[in-house]
Amino acid sequence: MTASGAEAALFWVLAPLMVLAALGLLFARKAVHAAVCVMFVMVGLAIFYVAQEAPFLGVVQVVVYTGAVMMLFLFVLMLVGVDSADSLTETIKGQRWLGVLLGLGLGVVLLGVIAQAAFPPAVGLAEANAVTNPVALARVLLGDYVLAMEVVGVLLVTAALAGLVLTHRRRLSVRPTQRSLAAARVAAIEQGRTLTPLPAPGVYAQNNAMDTPALGPDGEPLVHSVPRVLRIRGQERSAIAVLTEEETLVARDDLRLIGVGPTADAPEPDPREPAEGSVERHAEHGTDHDDEDGEVR
Amino acid sequence: MEITNYLGLAAILFAIGATTVLLRRNAIVVFMGVELMLNATNLAFVTFARIHGDVTGQVLAFFVMVVAAAEVVVGLAIIITIFRSRRSASVDDVNLLQS
Repeated sequence: MTASGAEAALFWVLAPLMVLAALGLLFARKAVHAAVCVMFVMVGLAIFYVAQEAPFLGVVQVVVYTGAVMMLFLFVLMLVGVDSADSLTETIKGQRWLGVLLGLGLGVVLLGVIAQAAFPPAVGLAEANAVTNPVALARVLLGDYVLAMEVVGVLLVTAALAGLVLTHRRRLSVRPTQRSLAAARVAAIEQGRTLTPLPAPGVYAQNNAMDTPALGPDGEPLVHSVPRVLRIRGQERSAIAVLTEEETLVARDDLRLIGVGPTADAPEPDPREPAEGSVERHAEHGTDHDDEDGEVR
Repeated sequence: MEITNYLGLAAILFAIGATTVLLRRNAIVVFMGVELMLNATNLAFVTFARIHGDVTGQVLAFFVMVVAAAEVVVGLAIIITIFRSRRSASVDDVNLLQS
């Protein structure tokens, strides 16, 4: 029995592509590329199943193989490391040539057997599929092979359990409790750690940013209140500079009130360069006001 | 086109899968080669079912799929367990029994 012209066209377009993708599995350096190649082969096989009057198997192929099995492969690749490339050093001498020889030999033998064998004239599944393909399959599956079906169900449950047991990781160290964490923190005091949280950065009349140290009760700046990263980068601002700026501003306002300083109408230059934090804060305030106005209206 | 062309394709895919098992070192790629071989046999089953006009071949292909799914679960779990203890997915590194 020869296939129809459309099926022949499908075969001759898809089969070479599938062979190429299968060769991709053989030659791809990265495992993910190989997985994508195998997925292509499996989808092509599903199309062939549908073309060969096995639509149920075609759907199962897509759902089980490309949907479940290959996704599982990709998950494991993700766990193991996507970029784990093969080493090309030979551990067994001549293994590569021997492997190529055996693979080619196997292909030649199989193709030779298929070419030599005398096949009976093909019947086609039109008669067997008269009650639709899934029903015909179900009659055989649940009639002749019902015991095998049940055994396979047991096998699936066993495999699921095996997957759970094999990937279960036993905890080697004791799980830290709140009590042990507290004890560790108290023990670290001797190494210069503090028991309490570190002080927050300083808040000044004109400056509220992470880079300015807070003042302690004795008026001294607390170095530890600035985040360690800013201190290492040298981006910390000294508290004295901020305080001096504020004092100059206060002094100028006092002079203006008396009437000695620059007139209030004249635009006075900003006495200090605006820091990023203060600019952001102004911006925030502006938007806040806008929002409030909007609500009032 | 003869229907037996499908059998030729199945043979080629099976040979490529077998060569992959023989040549590649990454255990996951080797495992994909095994999957390719199983798929090739499934194609042969489906083709024979069509040649003989009997859906039993399709039922057998169905069983192969189910068993392959179970096998993948266990195999990948073993690969993950080996990777955890040895930090490698290469089949060459599993040589504890080597003298």
